[in-house]
Amino acid sequence: MRKAIKPDDAAALVPDGATVLIGGFMGVGTPERMIDALVARGARNLTVIANDAAMPGKGIGKLVSAGAISRAIMSHIGLNPEIQRKMISGEIEVELVPQGTLVERIRAGGVGLGGVLTATGLGTPVEDGKQVIEVDGKRYLVEKPILGDFALIAAQQADYSGNLTYSLTAHNFNPIMALAGRMVIVEPELIVPVGVIPPDAVKTPGVIIDHMLARVA
Amino acid sequence: MEQQVTGRPHSGMSAKEVIARRVAQEVRPGMLVNLGIGLPSLVANYIPHDYGVFFQAENGVIGLGARPPEGMEDPHLTDAGGSFVTAVPGAASIDSAMSFGIIRGGHLDMTVLGGLQVDERGFLANWMVPGKMVPGMGGAMDLVAGAKRVIVAMVHSAKGEAKIVPECTLPLTALRRVSLLVTELAVIEPTADGLVLRERGPDISVEEILAQTTAKLIVTGDVPTMCLG
Repeated sequence: MRKAIKPDDAAALVPDGATVLIGGFMGVGTPERMIDALVARGARNLTVIANDAAMPGKGIGKLVSAGAISRAIMSHIGLNPEIQRKMISGEIEVELVPQGTLVERIRAGGVGLGGVLTATGLGTPVEDGKQVIEVDGKRYLVEKPILGDFALIAAQQADYSGNLTYSLTAHNFNPIMALAGRMVIVEPELIVPVGVIPPDAVKTPGVIIDHMLARVA
Repeated sequence: MEQQVTGRPHSGMSAKEVIARRVAQEVRPGMLVNLGIGLPSLVANYIPHDYGVFFQAENGVIGLGARPPEGMEDPHLTDAGGSFVTAVPGAASIDSAMSFGIIRGGHLDMTVLGGLQVDERGFLANWMVPGKMVPGMGGAMDLVAGAKRVIVAMVHSAKGEAKIVPECTLPLTALRRVSLLVTELAVIEPTADGLVLRERGPDISVEEILAQTTAKLIVTGDVPTMCLG
């Protein structure tokens, strides 16, 4: 059985300057209470790797507004004018990565692969500075694996062993990122006794989770 | 981006409706289809329900349904634009690796995307205007590189400026010749020989199409009027 920790205690584990993977898609399936605690702690200089920057006032958008991010690796920032402004002013360095490539780079990092070969991005600015190799007559970009110091993920249910389930479009990057953080912190909506989640329904095995947030007090 | 409508509306039909109706004719029963945000999403309105078409949203659902009644939204069920949706019977929820595995792996029958420019090679630019608009490519590059058919749905020209050009000046989305280009004025098929004008918009002449296109169009014989279903 695991001990659940408070969001403030979890945020204290994440030092300034850390590289942080954060689950979610436009704020859906994002660990909101964890983000609120990082903002409250005044986190600075984070490298955030996530699908998108959500929008001001929601999910990762709160970290952007709080000035907590110095570098972002994302596939889409179009719904957050604030991060676009901070990118142009140089306050946040942004690397844009095709969505399918981003998730596979994170997967590669998490499952111990040396990278990904993909045709996505060939002939576009994404190719700049990257190695191109040919396999069986087809050209591919070599995309490097991504690992984070932390993976901050959201789940629907966690049991006392840390086994996780996800709901509908709140899956997105969460189950992939769960493998790619040196420390994995999950924010479940519901914590249930062992046995409530049948083994076949477990999407992320609890053995790879380091900490889980306590339920809302 | 706001784009000025350049075509003459057909009996009260907007340019967007003409485009959406024509693209819908390309959809076959049982297909798995991904529609982009904005104009492409209108295509769903013109596909018969009994076709059993499944729509994918790349954020993680196969079997996207209509907007839910007000007050009954599920915060965990949105489309790729973040709008609340429902799921149809037979739907599946998936993570982003599965979602893009389906797209990149050639399991997606068709994607419909907006465009900023299409050129004589059939290449598409639709994700950034350097110095002006840098939203990120999201899933666009994977969709164009991986889908079995790529259909570009866009208004023919923007504020008098041609969008169908000899060679894209904006950064490309992929090195892939798209399957079909549908505007309110024309249906154009990119081929190894160049862009072939297949159909005209309602009440539109070939001359009008050529006047709003800087790319070379191959025109052979009579060009039929597009069928809008």
